[in-house]
Amino acid sequence: MDDVTEPGFNRTGAQSSPLSVHSMQLYADERVPEEVSAPDEMPDGREIAAVRCDYAVEAERIGSVPMPGVLTSAFTAALSKLGARKPEVLVDKLGERLAFERIGVRLYQALIDKASALATQQRMPFSVDDLQRLRDDELAHMHVLASALDSLGADSTAQTPAAAVSALAISGLMQVLTDPRTTLVHCLEAMLIAELADNASWDLLISLTAEADQDQFLPQFHSARDSEKAHVRQIRGWLQTVVLGEAS
Amino acid sequence: MDLLENKGVPIDKQSLTWKDMAGKPISKLDDEAFTRVRIILMNALELDALRLSHVGARMNGELRQSLAEIRRVEQHQATAVNGLLSADHSPLETTIAYEQVAVEVTAAVAQREPDPYLAQVYRFGLLEDFDHLYRYSALLDRLEGKDSNNILQGHTDIAPGRPTVDGHRAPVDDLRLPYGRDANFLTKLHATLITAAECQTHDYYMTIGPMFADPVARQLYAEIASVEEQHMTQYGSLLDPRQSFLELWLLHEATEVYGYYSCARSESNPRIREMWERFCDYELGHLHHVCGLFRQYEKRDPAEVLARTLPAPLEFKSQRDFVRDVLAAEVDLRANGVDFVKLARESPVSREYRRRINADGSPSTRVATAYHWTSGTELNRSLKAA
Repeated sequence: MDDVTEPGFNRTGAQSSPLSVHSMQLYADERVPEEVSAPDEMPDGREIAAVRCDYAVEAERIGSVPMPGVLTSAFTAALSKLGARKPEVLVDKLGERLAFERIGVRLYQALIDKASALATQQRMPFSVDDLQRLRDDELAHMHVLASALDSLGADSTAQTPAAAVSALAISGLMQVLTDPRTTLVHCLEAMLIAELADNASWDLLISLTAEADQDQFLPQFHSARDSEKAHVRQIRGWLQTVVLGEAS
Repeated sequence: MDLLENKGVPIDKQSLTWKDMAGKPISKLDDEAFTRVRIILMNALELDALRLSHVGARMNGELRQSLAEIRRVEQHQATAVNGLLSADHSPLETTIAYEQVAVEVTAAVAQREPDPYLAQVYRFGLLEDFDHLYRYSALLDRLEGKDSNNILQGHTDIAPGRPTVDGHRAPVDDLRLPYGRDANFLTKLHATLITAAECQTHDYYMTIGPMFADPVARQLYAEIASVEEQHMTQYGSLLDPRQSFLELWLLHEATEVYGYYSCARSESNPRIREMWERFCDYELGHLHHVCGLFRQYEKRDPAEVLARTLPAPLEFKSQRDFVRDVLAAEVDLRANGVDFVKLARESPVSREYRRRINADGSPSTRVATAYHWTSGTELNRSLKAA
């Protein structure tokens, strides 16, 4: 497969069948439902919003944060300082980052597989070794987070609600990376989405950890965030190089 | 429960709204794994009821109206039941749950099955579904970075069974001997139940397999869907082909009553238990309608087909010890026609079939190469070792 963007016979637009589309538009215009939206409204309708609102009000939550029967002394001491604050928020977010870093390992592995396949066909602004280093960083971060959860007495193997939801959000990225038809550009764009979210989430986790007086984790968390910032720079730079190179 | 006395809810009083059908789902994280198992099993039975009903309607003009009326309610029941699975289950996580159903329910059935030949059939199929669970767990870990035990909740082991690569057989070696006319009522319920579960699993894999972008996943679903088709053939051939359509329909409705009754007896979530109880009453209504048709068209007493009372409820609990014992004793069994034989006596037709279908390699072997399930995913292993 050529890893390039090419012109061709894309059939999805109106211009590919202008007479048919003109006729379709006239027919649809004749049969407009009576409850059509006012011109100044978003056209998707009030009824959809009403259903979503009803369900959102009545819904039960995705799930709960598993808390240990007995928290470790480090955590209980901090809890006493936290007063009414909820330790489950920190555990939930630690679980989320752990799940994200773990899927990050698998995302980078998929990118490595793709890059290895394309390496013989095109010049790339990075080597497979570069990607392996990024993958290994994700693995190291995952272990930092698992250790943090374990040291708090929480269960690092549980899926927290935030972890479940972030897995849902990221599932499309894995589809992009593992599709044999996607190009390097598609894959780098997917990785950029993941890394940007990861960066922002590390910032938030660091703030939350500091708030919860869990300072023992902060040096490793700062180091992980710095490394994620470097990942964003690298991915962004590679993406720019590949896209501009292809366009020129 | 007295099946012939308890009339349930009349069909014209059975109705669900769209909101009933798209109701509140369970929590993937907080509800018990066996609540999910029950949902998947009952969805399977409802979908199989639709399958049977449509086939019956093609061949029985005089029954078409009754079939259409009951089918409409059952389609709505299926929608309501399947809608209980929350959308944060990825298709692959749901797959893990499907295989948990196949392992735990088949193991429960195998132990209570009164007919020794059918019990052997269930044990044979069980070891293949156990292996599917292992292969899909590897895919879940290596594609989505997730631990399948988040779904299994410690009830079901994750280890190789009879290797999927060896489970591909020629069609002639998937046929089994049917139960006879004088078969125990429970035998008939079991065969209907397990056939329905396997049909649903097959159809689910056929639907979601192509939704994966990853060719590794697409190949694995293609391979395991093919084995599920074999299982449909195997379990479907347990049903006595001399039974009339009305007899099959009657049995199916009785199996649905049995399923909902068993679910209601074991359900831990009160909201879901309410649904099991409501639908158990609906199924009793269907059963009694079909009893009337049976008397009218076959001039026979439904008691010839049904027992008056339901057997003890189906067990929804971990069958770990039984599964481990079966695996240790029977993993090397193979099929030769309708018989189960030692490895060396496996049918040469199946060996040849396997040689051809595995000619480009084995997806189930590739995806799980060196896979060693570890709590928290295999990436956790280096942490544990440290």
